[in-house]
Amino acid sequence: MPAAPAGTLYRGREGMWSWVAHRVTGVLIFFFLFAHVLDTALVRVSPDYYNRIMDTYKTPVVNLMEVGLVGAVLYHSLNGLRVMAIDFWEKGPRYQKQMTYAVIAVVLLVMIPGTYFMMQHTVEEMFGSTT
Amino acid sequence: MTALDDRPVSAADAAHVTTVTLKIRRYDPEVDPDANWQTFDVPVEKGDRLLDALHHVKWYQDGSLAFRRSCAHGVCGSDAMRINGVNRLACKVLIKDLATKEGQEILVEPIKGLPVEKDLIVDMEPFFEAFRSIKPFLITDGREPTRERLQSAEDRARFDDTTKCIMCAACTTSCPVYWTDESYFGPQAIVMAHRFIFDSRDEGAEERLEILNEKEGVWRCRTTFNCTDACPRGIEVTKAIQEVKRALIFRRV
Repeated sequence: MPAAPAGTLYRGREGMWSWVAHRVTGVLIFFFLFAHVLDTALVRVSPDYYNRIMDTYKTPVVNLMEVGLVGAVLYHSLNGLRVMAIDFWEKGPRYQKQMTYAVIAVVLLVMIPGTYFMMQHTVEEMFGSTT
Repeated sequence: MTALDDRPVSAADAAHVTTVTLKIRRYDPEVDPDANWQTFDVPVEKGDRLLDALHHVKWYQDGSLAFRRSCAHGVCGSDAMRINGVNRLACKVLIKDLATKEGQEILVEPIKGLPVEKDLIVDMEPFFEAFRSIKPFLITDGREPTRERLQSAEDRARFDDTTKCIMCAACTTSCPVYWTDESYFGPQAIVMAHRFIFDSRDEGAEERLEILNEKEGVWRCRTTFNCTDACPRGIEVTKAIQEVKRALIFRRV
């Protein structure tokens, strides 16, 4: 049978995109945990190697990834609570949009100052301290 | 090709006739194995529905355009299609709500996840198969009563929402899980199961819950709410699915 016509992207709303973001952040967190388990396990092999690996993480790029990780974990956990509310709270399905916006609001509220504090050291190292 | 309509239009009518462009996903495996887009300029009046524009294309521009419709008033559920990216009934959406900006094209595609047969017509059989598998009929034990089976207004209200289903497949084909996993029952089958599970006169709730407890049952639902948004009857589909999930978890109907 010939391939079914694919067509355009389905224009889902809050529910669909929060699900997509949940999947994406979930996969990203899985990859982090994979690397995290490996590098932490290294401390049992040799504390010296462990320290050397940790030193390679002290770069601006990894710092950015850390910010991404905190954001991903934050979104994934809050949206996880939203999904549970949809499942178990009788009125959950009716308030799913409001809950989506609440999740986004909390993520932004935490991440905007959070990014500042997490990146402060890196920015000062790269461009010099203002104080 | 159908003959063109060249009847004169009265001045009063012509005054509020505007032109919209439909961009339709055409597919005819006998001519071309690939689907492609075709645009049509269609004269429309204020208050025309998308179905009227599709009729204009089929009747006056290109008779080979294939789509389903029957009652044309949002009751039979034949003309579900993907309009501007979302599942809607062509007979229920107004052109003025679709082409809000000047010169905006209206995208018309077949519903997603079912095999396309031609243009906007899909094979509904997998959808009906899922519907049949949840036993969409009254199941009772014992002797048939001599008078009608009575029900209180409260008991009726419990499943009122899910009785509205017209089986247009707009919900099932809006579901990202269904697109990639056709063995998933899909929202419609669960809605129909809900209609019987929560009916106090029906005694087949256990049976249906067991069916929906399977791997491809309600647990596949990822609460994307595309189905709730797509339903032309305004059924809170995701809410119904959640009620079935809760009935399974707490073993209480």
